[in-house]
Amino acid sequence: MTNLEDTIAAPATPAGVSALAVVRVSGKDAIAIANQCFDKDISQADGYTIHYGHIVDGDVRVDEVLLSIFKNPHSYTGEDSVEISGHGSPYITKRIIETLLKNGARMADPGEFTMRAFLNQKMDLAQAEAVADMISSNSEASLQMALNQMRGGFSKDIAVLRQELIDFAALIELENDFGEEDVEFADRPKLKALIHKLLTQIEKLRTSFAAGNVLKNGINTVIAGKPNAGKSTLLNAILNEDRAIVSEIAGTTRDTIEEVFTLNGIQFRLIDTAGLRESTDTIEQIGVGKAKESMQKAELLVYLFDIRSTSPSDLASELQSLPQIDQTILVANKADETNYNAKDWPDNTVFISAKNKDISPLISELERIASHYEFGNETVVNNARHADALAKSSEALQKVLEGLDTGLTSDMVALDIRNSLYQLGLITGEVTNDEVLDSIFTRFCIGK
Amino acid sequence: MHDLIIVGAGHAGCEAANIAAKLGSKVLLVTMNMETIAKMSCNPAMGGIAKGQIIREIDALGGLSGIVSDYSMMQFRMLNTSKGPAMWSPRSQNDRTLFSLKWRELLENNFNVDFVQDSVNQILIDSGTVSGVKTTSGNTFLAKSVILTSGTFMNGIIHIGRKQMTGGRMGDHASYGITEQLVSLGFEAGRMKTGTPPRVDGRTINYAILEEQAGDKHPKCFSFRKPITIEKQHSCHITYTNEQVHDTLRKSFEDSPLFNGAIQGTGPRYCPSIEDKINRFAERTRHQIFVEPEGWNTYETYINGFSTSLPQDVQHTALRQIKGFEQAKIFRPGYAIEYDFFFPTQLKQNLETKAVKNLFFAGQINGTTGYEEAACQGLMAGINAHQNINNKDPFILRRSDAYIGVLIDDLVNKGTTEPYRMFTSRAEYRILLRQDNADLRLMPKAFELGTITQEEYDIMMLKSRNIDDLGKLVRKKTVTPKDANPILTKYGTAEIPQNYLIDKVLSRPQIKYKHLLEIKSINEWMSKYSDEEIEQVEILIKYQGYIKNEQENVQKLIKLENYKIRTDFDFNALKSLSLEARDKLSTIRPENIGQASRISGVSPADISVLLVHFGR
Repeated sequence: MTNLEDTIAAPATPAGVSALAVVRVSGKDAIAIANQCFDKDISQADGYTIHYGHIVDGDVRVDEVLLSIFKNPHSYTGEDSVEISGHGSPYITKRIIETLLKNGARMADPGEFTMRAFLNQKMDLAQAEAVADMISSNSEASLQMALNQMRGGFSKDIAVLRQELIDFAALIELENDFGEEDVEFADRPKLKALIHKLLTQIEKLRTSFAAGNVLKNGINTVIAGKPNAGKSTLLNAILNEDRAIVSEIAGTTRDTIEEVFTLNGIQFRLIDTAGLRESTDTIEQIGVGKAKESMQKAELLVYLFDIRSTSPSDLASELQSLPQIDQTILVANKADETNYNAKDWPDNTVFISAKNKDISPLISELERIASHYEFGNETVVNNARHADALAKSSEALQKVLEGLDTGLTSDMVALDIRNSLYQLGLITGEVTNDEVLDSIFTRFCIGK
Repeated sequence: MHDLIIVGAGHAGCEAANIAAKLGSKVLLVTMNMETIAKMSCNPAMGGIAKGQIIREIDALGGLSGIVSDYSMMQFRMLNTSKGPAMWSPRSQNDRTLFSLKWRELLENNFNVDFVQDSVNQILIDSGTVSGVKTTSGNTFLAKSVILTSGTFMNGIIHIGRKQMTGGRMGDHASYGITEQLVSLGFEAGRMKTGTPPRVDGRTINYAILEEQAGDKHPKCFSFRKPITIEKQHSCHITYTNEQVHDTLRKSFEDSPLFNGAIQGTGPRYCPSIEDKINRFAERTRHQIFVEPEGWNTYETYINGFSTSLPQDVQHTALRQIKGFEQAKIFRPGYAIEYDFFFPTQLKQNLETKAVKNLFFAGQINGTTGYEEAACQGLMAGINAHQNINNKDPFILRRSDAYIGVLIDDLVNKGTTEPYRMFTSRAEYRILLRQDNADLRLMPKAFELGTITQEEYDIMMLKSRNIDDLGKLVRKKTVTPKDANPILTKYGTAEIPQNYLIDKVLSRPQIKYKHLLEIKSINEWMSKYSDEEIEQVEILIKYQGYIKNEQENVQKLIKLENYKIRTDFDFNALKSLSLEARDKLSTIRPENIGQASRISGVSPADISVLLVHFGR
């Protein structure tokens, strides 16, 4: 249901790599939401002003941007609006939008900015028909796209599980509406098991959402470590070419160098960084700053250390000062030059020698990670709207579980299930109350 | 000449007559038989799940079903109390004769209501507006508005086994003429079916071996006015069918009009005949039967759950195979009845027909089943007929206001192909539409409309203020561990380590307000509020997350409903709508965008298109 009270967000420039990309936010909370995602206070900013700063997702910097403020009614839509000009990468655009959604914006429907512009009298009536056509054709196209996307096995599974959930909803409603009669009751443990199954499928779909972006953009991989741990050597070994500067003098790699390397069809976007250490050299400090910044954008961290001069407790304290990244591989370099016991080191440690190009343990670990993103012929969800629906489905289902655990009465549990069905319906198709009632009448003997 | 003619004096007709007369309209109530005004044709009970909520709503709006039910009550039970407050549903057994007499008495006490015994066979229409009715006795009655509440009477056919007879109810004639006339004017009519079980001589039932179902220890009233508290109650009893019963019935299926093709009409899936239950749910070895008293002064007993249209001798044999019914004698056999209805999508939200101005339909004629469903439509049609002829705005209840709103909205937007009964699961905002707050929800509207008195309104407002005050108090006042912990332990919840706000204690699932009253320091000030007031505060605190959520959803709905659609709008000209949406919108002609969004086949994209056109 289109709700004109919501604040909406969407990219305003076409997808793809370009110098700049603009994300538009519009609605009564546009400025407040942008303010929450921005590292400067713009809550009191005037219309027609531009602000330099960073989009931040919690502590993580997403991008360096320019933010333009428009005050109602002096904007495209006639509402308070913010336009965020960031770097033109699909990945960054996605992250900016995710950050906005997390802070209360909703993904705009097709044509919704234009529709709001019309409703707020920013357009004349003659344009109405054109706008309407655009909305319907866009939604048709997006529906088609969605259908194509959803042909994967996951969504079929979700549709099946959703049907099972409808049957459970029917059982619960049966208890509610026919509690006086001789009816069977919903089996709570079975319901819980079903919800766990649904949550697992949703989780897979959400992973595939991340994977969809990975397929397009590659996995941002940061190789980090202290100076002289051998990062450039490792990079060269992986790339098998002399792209990075290799030297015995600490701190010679000052720029981050991007290189792409493919394993099992999955791209790893390797970002080599300057060595991490305290330095008084200004240029080197810039490099260190960039290294930390790159690391915050990373989806995979390859952390390299010299096993000869690092103890397990040194390693632990080094890792503590780094940002938390979901996937981390610890690489013990120069393992050929010392005796070590693998048991002394964390499970995610591999032992290599970059100089001898003996890096196969690392490569197999990278292959293992790549295999997470393999989906064969199944397509993946790469539409932020679907990701949003998946997140909300998951949230609603969690609430059902919570209710079952705390012994919430069946009418309230039914409400949470209803909400889950609605959210799942956004992924697989429509849901109406009639579906639940039909399920009741078909399956149960009720009525006096 | 009258302001309003009401054709039919069942639950719908009586509510319509009362409310329009209360508003000041001169009403003529036409019934085929003065002895059968407000007759309960089916079971002698009012309320139940979702239906009890409707009676409370009718009462809050100034209708009489609640008061009449209270006066004729033989047993009261609050159903579903083990569930949340949205599910609590009042239900009563009623003395069939007293119910009817009380209705007639209350209507006769209103001098705006005239009565006439006659049968209407033609609606008079003058250039698209209704102008009166003609009757089989050759009378013409003129009025500015007409409400049809024909129940099961239009072209009614009664089936018992292979026997068929015309009739609107066992022992009453059917009515003729109106369907054919309206169909010739372009109305679309259909056939529906319903049924009723045999009535048995209570002297021949062995109650001693049946399971007893007694009334509540503290019976309540349907009416917020609390006209009477019943002192004695009459129990119901429960028994079950068995496989022997099923075999007997099954052997005779070829004589069943349901299975041999004699009945064309659609019956309700949720109120099936016993043969239907056996046929569709062959795996069930027994079905529950409720044995319900028909009145204080009669032994006649209603066999709820045993609705059937099989031959009378089969009914007799099968019945005697049921535990407790070994010697049973039948007073009146069960039967099925087929009747005409009009597809309710031909109505506007105010229950007026789209085709004929000031002609209203209410009750089974719209495809519904149930006394409460009929009564509330009668009430709404009565109000709206009065509003129409006085050039006042229609009185429409939203889905978020009342079950009545849900019912009418479903009927006019989705239509129905089987008899429509209300369920709580039909309501999106179930948590808000509770029986306990029907007065708070609806009395302000009723007062503005003029269907309740200043005094009734003042009582409700005082309650409302007390609830607010008490709500603030429990959110501000604290209780000490010394006072609270013995009670908390007693009811199986954790002790508090320091002073706690009372609302925090009350929000625990194990703790009811009654338990708090056991704490002396709380009882001292809280007990001056009424039980109803304290209960409201308890509900609002315990379910505040859910209630708040629902209220937010309601606000979204109301926004959409504020976008009106021009009545003369040509949906077919809007090519950007999907074909199906154009079709459905042209047929149903929604009055606002919220209504349009609930029509099946109208997608969110279609709604966006409509918003573009009507949003401003």
